[in-house]
Amino acid sequence: MIRPFGFHEFMFLVESTRWTLVLTLAAMTAGGLLGLGIALARVARSRILRECTRSYIAVVQGIPVLMVLFLSYFGLAHAGLELPPIVAASIALSVYSSAYLGDIWRGAIQSVPRQQWEASASLALTRKQQYQHVILPQSIKIALPPTVGFLVQLVKNTSIVSIVSVVELTRAGQLMNNITFEPFRVFVAVALIYLAICYPLSRISRRLEEKFRVYRHS
Amino acid sequence: MSIVTVENVHKRFGDNEVLKGVSMSVERGQVVALLGRSGSGKSTLLRCLNGLEEIDSGRIRVADHDMDYDPAKLRALRQDVGIVFQSFNLFPHLSVAQNIMLAPGLVKGSSKQHNRELAERVLDRIGLLDKIDAYPDSLSGGQQQRVAIARALAMEPRVMLFDEVTSALDPELTEEVLAVIEQLARDGMTMLLVTHEMNFARRVAHTTVFMHQGHIHEAGATAALFSQPKTRELEQFLSNALK
Repeated sequence: MIRPFGFHEFMFLVESTRWTLVLTLAAMTAGGLLGLGIALARVARSRILRECTRSYIAVVQGIPVLMVLFLSYFGLAHAGLELPPIVAASIALSVYSSAYLGDIWRGAIQSVPRQQWEASASLALTRKQQYQHVILPQSIKIALPPTVGFLVQLVKNTSIVSIVSVVELTRAGQLMNNITFEPFRVFVAVALIYLAICYPLSRISRRLEEKFRVYRHS
Repeated sequence: MSIVTVENVHKRFGDNEVLKGVSMSVERGQVVALLGRSGSGKSTLLRCLNGLEEIDSGRIRVADHDMDYDPAKLRALRQDVGIVFQSFNLFPHLSVAQNIMLAPGLVKGSSKQHNRELAERVLDRIGLLDKIDAYPDSLSGGQQQRVAIARALAMEPRVMLFDEVTSALDPELTEEVLAVIEQLARDGMTMLLVTHEMNFARRVAHTTVFMHQGHIHEAGATAALFSQPKTRELEQFLSNALK
């Protein structure tokens, strides 16, 4: 039975958006924690830690996120670990995020001048104190704009999990299209909802960039 | 009794041997100027004294600490040895007061109240009490360098190291920094200064060490060294520098 694309159909899209947001939040939180560990390991004194995390970043960035998703959904199921699609999808997106955030934050940590390390070491601070009070507060300012920029990418990239039958925004759009045959209206609506999430984030990112530019030169 | 002892120290960066067996000692309350051309090893020697550079062989003892690169032992040494850098290296995200209070609070665990008073005291000493809540960005280079000195003093070091601290400053800002160092000398602080300010070195330093190609080429009482250099290299260096 063919239905028109009306208010209820639109509300179905809006409701499905919560899974897009849940996935984004999960990937940002788990990926962020893992990413911070990776960033710190990338600049650690231990060569083994540095090399292992460098390889991790290279591998994850070098394969499509879709493959990571297939591995965590089909791959783990084949190995006997059947995860609900939303969990498998969250894991895949977290892995993907951790590699990119780890790399962004490594760059931010390394862009703090070496002299800041020397000055704080000369004041007898421990390495942990140096990170906590001197290096990371300065890195955060540098890292914030690209991090928000990545968040925008992440919101859009959650759409790939529609493939493993998680009914998030993109999958909901496909379903609505199947029963209404109004692809133009349906996918414009889907696009507008993505835009409503991403545009404010882009604005924040640009504002942060301007703010920190002013800060540094004042 | 010596507060700084350096014995036969060697240091190389790759193929380049920067210190080729340096020995010297500094008495408590003494002000020592380290002079020499760039590349002579004077800054490296200074940085070895608080462990920013690891030596390859030899022995260093500063303020009753034998140089040991174990992190805890190195921190113990650094509590007694302050250093001021050419590029100030204040923490840009912290106010002047926070810059000064950070290490005493973290390392010595003293109270915030105590540290605030400490910050006021050291800032008063360098004449910048009115800048206590300013951020480094809003200060001139000379003011930033004076704050960096105050930050080091707040740890109550027994030895202070100065690594070309006026080289990044305009001439008119140099004087205010030198005045602070001169005051410290009058107060009896033990200091080692790498400097290109010849007149300042001549006025303030008790002892001058002239380094040349990784060796201490000539050393002695400042007045004698400046008026009657014994080696041709020092003579040349002084005539170039004082021109």
